[in-house]
Amino acid sequence: MANSSDPAPRRRSASDLLNLLGTATAPLRQSLAVSLSALGDNAQGAFARHFDSGYDPSAFTGHGPRGEGGIAVRDLSVRYGERYAFEDLTGEFPPGSLTAVIGPNGAGKSSLLKTLAGIIRPTAGEIICAALARHRVAYLPQQDELDRGFPISVVELVALGGWRDFGSVREPPDDLAARVCEALAAVGLSTVMDRQIAELSVGQFQRALFARLLMQDADVILLDEPFAPLDESTTEDLQHFLERWQKEGRTVVAVLHDLDRVRRNFPLTLLLARSPIAWGDTSLSLLADNLARAQKTLLPPEGGRIGRVA
Amino acid sequence: MSGQFIGFLTGPFESFGFMRIALVACFALALANGPIGTLLIMRRESLGGNVLSHAVMPGAALGFLYAGYSLSALTLGGVLTGLAVAGLAALTARSRLQRQDSNLIAFYLVSLSFGVLIVAARGSQADLMHVLFGTVLAVDVKALVLIASISSLTMLIVAALYRPLAVESFDPAFLRAVGGGGGAFRAIFIMLVVFNLVASFQAFGTLLAMGPMLLPAAAARCWTHKVWPMIALATVIGMAAAVAGLLISFYANLPSGPAIVMGSGMIYGISLLAACRTRLKATQLWGRQ
Repeated sequence: MANSSDPAPRRRSASDLLNLLGTATAPLRQSLAVSLSALGDNAQGAFARHFDSGYDPSAFTGHGPRGEGGIAVRDLSVRYGERYAFEDLTGEFPPGSLTAVIGPNGAGKSSLLKTLAGIIRPTAGEIICAALARHRVAYLPQQDELDRGFPISVVELVALGGWRDFGSVREPPDDLAARVCEALAAVGLSTVMDRQIAELSVGQFQRALFARLLMQDADVILLDEPFAPLDESTTEDLQHFLERWQKEGRTVVAVLHDLDRVRRNFPLTLLLARSPIAWGDTSLSLLADNLARAQKTLLPPEGGRIGRVA
Repeated sequence: MSGQFIGFLTGPFESFGFMRIALVACFALALANGPIGTLLIMRRESLGGNVLSHAVMPGAALGFLYAGYSLSALTLGGVLTGLAVAGLAALTARSRLQRQDSNLIAFYLVSLSFGVLIVAARGSQADLMHVLFGTVLAVDVKALVLIASISSLTMLIVAALYRPLAVESFDPAFLRAVGGGGGAFRAIFIMLVVFNLVASFQAFGTLLAMGPMLLPAAAARCWTHKVWPMIALATVIGMAAAVAGLLISFYANLPSGPAIVMGSGMIYGISLLAACRTRLKATQLWGRQ
């Protein structure tokens, strides 16, 4: 943490960053970018949509009022083969709200989050979300979905959060290194920034992913079991970010298992058991008979196979 | 003495045109296989890559059936069936009807048998050996130009699109969430793999085409945890194995393709041992703390 205020390491990691983002290929990417900017606006937009992965010139004009950051879903269903992950979900995550999604294994919680993030296409129904259309949604996957052996360093991982500013081929902006350092300091990882992610503990890795979320500066933040692998103190540290994001007017949705934590920290709860059981005020959603109903929906006949879906 | 030794190393290449062409072809392959092999390993898709190397065979065999040893027919056929199997594999992966590894093995077995049947129906035993194991020393100038073009194009594309290719292999969901271009890069990468396997096929045949792509990259992985050094090291290892393999096959009168792959294999073995030793040391240090 002390490092972040010290100018020397910051400069070093700035040069590291430039290195890592590919000095060797810079001229080539530069010429690609130049030839891109020679295209008309429409062609550029189309390229950005299909190819340049989210690089969006209009993203530089700051963010609009966060108020529009809510998500409304109507009759939303996702099906794998013949089995529904979840179905007929209608409702709203209000702008600037903090919602917990809970439910038994196989209830479709993870699938719901991936659908909201635009990673899975819904089988039916629609999502109305201005942030999704503008790629201002950030998504934290479950840890085991990422390859921890992948050769990438902590700075690199966190720098990816600024993807919107550089996309596939462009030069990263000058202030990227400073912003990465800031994000790392905020999660308390300044001392390990040059390590490979394989060398991090589970808790440190989760902190790094939170730093990437900070970099993304999104209007909607979706977290899949953010605290599942963590010890109590790390959980408390990271919980603060959720509350901070909500105060900043961002919409936060998190899949959780810990009912006590949900009661303590989450004003709203969606109880999901493939179809929605209850959605609204946490104290009402988590009434005992709702929970029992959610359990019962997903018990056998095919209980043994359900776990694979989530 | 040292002059003699240098003569021993360079003599075959000075005296024989086919050795020079083989060497340049192997160098070109190594240059492209460095990045492609490294990316393949980072994506944990070595098995998929191996399947594609066999998927090239039926098409190449069909090309052979219609046009004999015509470079363009072999190449076109190989690329077509390679891409077709890649597409099928993507479809079956999405349907989740069967575990993907058994799917891939099925594709691999069927492609291989189908290819062998086609070649056997028309050609001789020698033709079959040629298609299965390749003949590095029979690469002619036309094939060399093809290999070199594919290799150059591959390096340009990887250099230009390295960032999204790498991110797509690490966290495809992230790329989808920030933009949505994820699938395109996956497709581009698979296409690069198929084209390089077709290039490799000219020299190493369908059974060994994967060797020069995978083994140097796997060996490099043992020495470094950073991607650019890994790519560079894989390229150097590929080239070294090519020189060693060609010389061994020349002096000992052994088939050159397998000799080169054996060369990479030995470097891989040494690298594994070295990696084990450093890891042991590291754990001892940890224990002491």
